[in-house]
Amino acid sequence: MRKAVVHTPLMPAKAGIRNRKNWVPAFAGTSGSGRFVLALALALAATLSTAALAQDKSIVVASTTSTQDSGLFGHILPIFKQKTGIDVKVIAQGTGQALDTGKRGDADVVFVHAKAQEERFVADGWGVKRYPVMYNDFVLIGPKSDPARVKGKDIETALRAIKAKEAPFISRGDRSGTHSAELALWKASGIDPHAPPIPQAAGQKIPGQWYNEIGQGMGAALNTASAMNGYTLSDRGTWLSFKNRGELDIVVEGDKRLFNQYGVILVNPAKHPHVKKELGRQFIDWLVSADGQKAIADYKINGQQLFFPNADVPGA
Amino acid sequence: MPDGASAVSLVFGGDPALYRIVALSLYVSIAAVLLAALVALPFGAFLALVKFPGRTFIVVVINAFMGLPPVVVGLAVYLLLSRSGPLGFLGILFTPRAMIIAQALLVMPIIAALTRQTVEDLWVEYREELTALRVPAARRVATLIWDARFSLVTTLLAGFGRAAAEVGTVMIVGGNIEGFTRTMTTAIALETSKGDLPLAMGLGLVLVTIVIGVNALAWGARRVGELRAG
Amino acid sequence: MRAPLTDLPLAFENASLRINGVDILSHLKLEILAGPPTVLLGPNGSGKSTLLRLAMNLAQPTAGRITWGRRKEPDERLAMVFQRPVMLRRSAAANVAYALNRRDPARVSELLGRVGLAHLADRPARRLSGGEQQRLALARALARDPEILFLDEPTASLDPAATKAVEDIIANVAASGVKIVMATHELGQARRLAGDIVFLARGRLIERATADAFFITPQTAEAAAFLRGDLVI
Repeated sequence: MRKAVVHTPLMPAKAGIRNRKNWVPAFAGTSGSGRFVLALALALAATLSTAALAQDKSIVVASTTSTQDSGLFGHILPIFKQKTGIDVKVIAQGTGQALDTGKRGDADVVFVHAKAQEERFVADGWGVKRYPVMYNDFVLIGPKSDPARVKGKDIETALRAIKAKEAPFISRGDRSGTHSAELALWKASGIDPHAPPIPQAAGQKIPGQWYNEIGQGMGAALNTASAMNGYTLSDRGTWLSFKNRGELDIVVEGDKRLFNQYGVILVNPAKHPHVKKELGRQFIDWLVSADGQKAIADYKINGQQLFFPNADVPGA
Repeated sequence: MPDGASAVSLVFGGDPALYRIVALSLYVSIAAVLLAALVALPFGAFLALVKFPGRTFIVVVINAFMGLPPVVVGLAVYLLLSRSGPLGFLGILFTPRAMIIAQALLVMPIIAALTRQTVEDLWVEYREELTALRVPAARRVATLIWDARFSLVTTLLAGFGRAAAEVGTVMIVGGNIEGFTRTMTTAIALETSKGDLPLAMGLGLVLVTIVIGVNALAWGARRVGELRAG
Repeated sequence: MRAPLTDLPLAFENASLRINGVDILSHLKLEILAGPPTVLLGPNGSGKSTLLRLAMNLAQPTAGRITWGRRKEPDERLAMVFQRPVMLRRSAAANVAYALNRRDPARVSELLGRVGLAHLADRPARRLSGGEQQRLALARALARDPEILFLDEPTASLDPAATKAVEDIIANVAASGVKIVMATHELGQARRLAGDIVFLARGRLIERATADAFFITPQTAEAAAFLRGDLVI
């Protein structure tokens, strides 16, 4: 934005009084206003032009709300910075949005948890190569009163029970890794959560909406579930660090189908030449190195480990 | 984890992360208001003084834009500044500079509309005198703005209030990066989504206190100025 | 240097001003020449203020025209003082400097001294009394070094002491060679200051004469009625 202080001649050409030698700018003739505007413009210019901030050694990583909300980055990034001096700036979005950010070239690295989408990202040429980093699992969260009676069941049975009872269920609805996993589970259970409710016999109460898509992150979904006493699918990391539990608790866990894998990808410099590929590679290399994997494993809340490193597992 | 009362004591506890967030919020919103003022004050005054075809339409549009949804402004600026967008070469997405520009755009309509109203009212009083003194258009703009400066302080405060209170624009354009683009409002949104409601509320109280403080300072400056300049 | 131009004689050639179907001024034929002050006299609503504004080129006639020194545009050595002056939100000296349009503190002091406000130079102009503000307005007008000074009922809102101060300055200015054209509805003031009289009623020029001739032997019924103190409708 250009902000120029305007200098205009004082009087139209016909004016009788005009002493060219004492010509002053239109603003400065008045008491203080000219100096004020000048000072303002200078201050603003200084502010906006604070170029070359000490951010040169930094990368932008588009990651997911689950990794941010769980506090993992707060734990591992300082270790990385101490080792390499690189500032990692994390933008936390849903997986879909994070991959989109990578496609637009607004991030150097993406770090998400939706294997199919990640592989398509690389196949389409937006990313260089996908590296598995760690996994955790999803858990089904629900009210302690458990109106759908799902506790202890396997995940598909539990989802069918929720649908049959039309107990409130909160979906993230935001193309995130968690959302993708949730949709895959509904499908595997043979349920279309968007199907209209079963027609009731005459005289019975018309059911309200049970499947709520909020279009937001995991924390928001848990908040909503807590307020509605409903069910929701969450990653364990976010749940463990979530503070507004209300009546909620884990009702289903340990099912093999609830496995949640995280991968990291460098955005393709061939598509976006400005990508900081050296620094980005250093970050990826560190994440999958013994050092990085140990840092991930060391992150615990209340003594419980949240993420399990598995960069060495082929095909993860 | 801090509870309600100790969340407020965060302010006096000297938590450096909190100070950084507060400092960034003030920096971004104040710079945004100043930038917006540099453009919108003269433009609003110009609208008040100069009749041209289409003026009414522009006035109506600017008044309507006072209510521009912050998230829409954020999205528009994001698309402009994204590497895949027309201004991507600037490389300023996800930095405080982008947040300042976006908030300035958000706040410009308010400042322009209120300035137009103030200057228009003042022009009714000043028209004959300034015309008799044969003051040219550009100088009229400067004179009216300067003479209306105390009312315009209120206008700037309205702009600051809007900037400091919004979360949609700075969230999209800044990315809420910890230690870099996290402001009070985005921090509150984050803590809320993490379920730490007492902390979010504490931050909210700090934000409100700061905004009140800024307004009090401006009020004081206005009183002193009025006493000195009549 | 430019050739010296003069805006006198200031001539109204069949000038009229009609607004929303109402004739504010009709068919004005008038010439104002250099010399002692010309006073526009007449009851309220007679068109005195409008006449001044047309002469000052603040408004344009809807019919007929006005010429300054036989030209269609004035040379801009015109200045005007209004009944209620607008003070800029700054000091008295700054107000004069604003009108002066150049950095010349010596001239500012001189002008303030001429209107008796030198001791109030740094006072915020809005905090001056009514009389002081009007004198400051005079100083501002004089800063433009005018050939013609228009005044629209300058003392209508002032008390007698302030009125006298202002009238003294006007007389002083007239004596220094500036042409004064002043509107007033107050007979005493006209008697004190006028060289010649332009008497208006209902937007028309009723009578035009030297001051002595007008006050002693008015030629028209309306003028006579006005001088007697009757309402001229």
